[in-house]
Amino acid sequence: MDFDSWAFPGIACAYNNRRGNLAARSGGSRTPGAHCGLATGGRVSEIVVESVSKLWGATKAVDAVSFTAAAGQLLVLLGPSGCGKSTTLRLIAGLEAASAGRIRIGGRDVTDLPPAQRGLSMVFQSYALFPHLSVAENILFGLKVRKVPATERAARLQRVASLLGLDTLLERRPSQLSGGQQQRVALGRAIIAETPVCLMDEPLSNLDAQLRQDMRREIRGLQQKLGITMVYVTHDQTEAMSMADQVILLRQGRIEQDAAPAELYARPATTFTARFIGTPPMNLIALADGAAGAVVRGSDGPALFDDKGDGLLAGIRPEDIRIAERQGVPARIVTVEYLGADSVAACTIGDQPIAVRTPGRLNLKPAAAVSLLWSPAALHLFDAATGRRVDDDRLRRVRDRAFVASA
Amino acid sequence: MNRANMHVWGWLLLLPAAALLALFTHYPALATILHSLYSTARPNRPSRFIGLDQYATMLDDPVFHQVLWNNTIFALGTIPASIALALLMAVWVNDRLAGRGFLRLAYFTPTILPMIAVANIWMFFYTPDYGLVDQIAGLFGFARHNWLGSRDTVLGCLIVLTIWKEAGFFMIFYLAALQQMPPNLAEAAALEGASRWTFFRRVTFPLVMPTTLFVLINAVINSFRLVDHIVAMTKGGPDNASSLLLYYIFEVGFKYWDTGYAAALTVVLLALLAGLATAQFLYLDKRVHYR
Repeated sequence: MDFDSWAFPGIACAYNNRRGNLAARSGGSRTPGAHCGLATGGRVSEIVVESVSKLWGATKAVDAVSFTAAAGQLLVLLGPSGCGKSTTLRLIAGLEAASAGRIRIGGRDVTDLPPAQRGLSMVFQSYALFPHLSVAENILFGLKVRKVPATERAARLQRVASLLGLDTLLERRPSQLSGGQQQRVALGRAIIAETPVCLMDEPLSNLDAQLRQDMRREIRGLQQKLGITMVYVTHDQTEAMSMADQVILLRQGRIEQDAAPAELYARPATTFTARFIGTPPMNLIALADGAAGAVVRGSDGPALFDDKGDGLLAGIRPEDIRIAERQGVPARIVTVEYLGADSVAACTIGDQPIAVRTPGRLNLKPAAAVSLLWSPAALHLFDAATGRRVDDDRLRRVRDRAFVASA
Repeated sequence: MNRANMHVWGWLLLLPAAALLALFTHYPALATILHSLYSTARPNRPSRFIGLDQYATMLDDPVFHQVLWNNTIFALGTIPASIALALLMAVWVNDRLAGRGFLRLAYFTPTILPMIAVANIWMFFYTPDYGLVDQIAGLFGFARHNWLGSRDTVLGCLIVLTIWKEAGFFMIFYLAALQQMPPNLAEAAALEGASRWTFFRRVTFPLVMPTTLFVLINAVINSFRLVDHIVAMTKGGPDNASSLLLYYIFEVGFKYWDTGYAAALTVVLLALLAGLATAQFLYLDKRVHYR
């Protein structure tokens, strides 16, 4: 997926102009850290997590998880609540002690080091701002603790404040700020440390939808501009897809899939991934053996492809399906949800539900009979028992022998 | 219902509470001020208006000077120490540690005990020769000491006892305040490398300031209000060395039956407490961060 199309290089420094003439600035330099004067001192750190586990009593919150965040990369830990993504982040931060495994940051084993010595900063879901301190004091807290000289502190505060558009808010208390401004202060406190690694624990979940979209771009812009290695925890797959270089999908403390966003979308390795990514997610339809090939279970044809169907799940993305007058697989409309740019129709084939996403407004009444079509390339297959994607050779064979084809 | 009627209703609803307050709080306070301007009635000499004579007597009363001084020492000895100890204990039992429920209970126990029971326990501690204090001191070769019988040590003994009794009570308020603090503040500070002391000084202490103000006002009032332990342990002695203002008022009023003078002393006590509370609010309120 190409991020350059929206990751405006000038966005972070030009924040003040955002309401004004961002477009005019967006042709700026894209060298990391070049025109902001803020950088990580040339140190870029890769994060290596090696079969790390965390046990709470008998429960495995994190179960032998291994992954690598390359230097300067934005890695997203994605998953439903309780999947261990926040715990994994806290293990990297050193806020929890790992029960097993090693964690290395920039080649240095930090498993047994306290958080402050790991060379990282963190933004908390609730921001964790000190409510009695002004914005400036909040941002400077760490520098004061580390006894950075006052003149350097002032200079760094100045840079961070203008970078984040906080110049006029420095004397305010957190309670006098809006949610988005508080978020910026938390970001400021993280980046003023100029650490090569920044951890984010669902930083946008307390913001409204519009602001969330703006901040997504801003954080991504900052991360690229400053050349930080970032580990970002979220349960929101849109955030993951739009921001990440690499996504790690977690489920019950284990890695379900570790891939780039495009790969995650195009080749989900399991039914869990298939159900998690996409809005609405991929349809998974149980198949059965029919007379002429595999049919949708509970229907009497037509055959989708010339092979056995029992024990398989067909995966088809809602946006890959077209509604046709005839030729395709007969289905029945259950409801139609109109979303503006497109409509999502919930249908059934036999006893299997299937969602269809079509552009524009769909004028079909519930119980209407329709015909569904998709191209062979849109078909994915999963083993119903293990939930795993069938291997490529078999999938290619099946796609070659598909009957339902998009005209 | 028209407007006038609504006002009548409002006042009628307020009346029971207002009547009780007026009868038992406002009237006695005003009556005390009034009484302090009259001489005490004697069998041969009825009460008469004497203006501020009682207050003039007070200025020349060496016992009044002594108890006021005692009370100042008592307040300075108990208030900062019990508050500091309360905060320390609260921070300690707020941590994740084994058996902290038990520890919290142990710290709170002195508060549950009635002052008379506490006085009995500490009477035993302070008993010469076979009291706990003397026995332990004896192990290190110190000579016996009559702790409550000596002018030099009696007030100190009462101060220690009071700190022991009050700190657990104040700890509960601090504990409640500490548990209101989001745990990720400590985590954010830990990531910045702040030591426990830095975190306490820069974050915890300012954030529990509202509690400190509340506890401080309570502690000041208590330091002028506690009298049970004196009644039970020393009766103000020896030689008024452990007498406090309220105990002196009690003696003047109900032992010597000089009610006019007692009323004047009471007015001074009330003025003192009102003044201290106002000063604390005015001075500290601006410096306290309220959430």
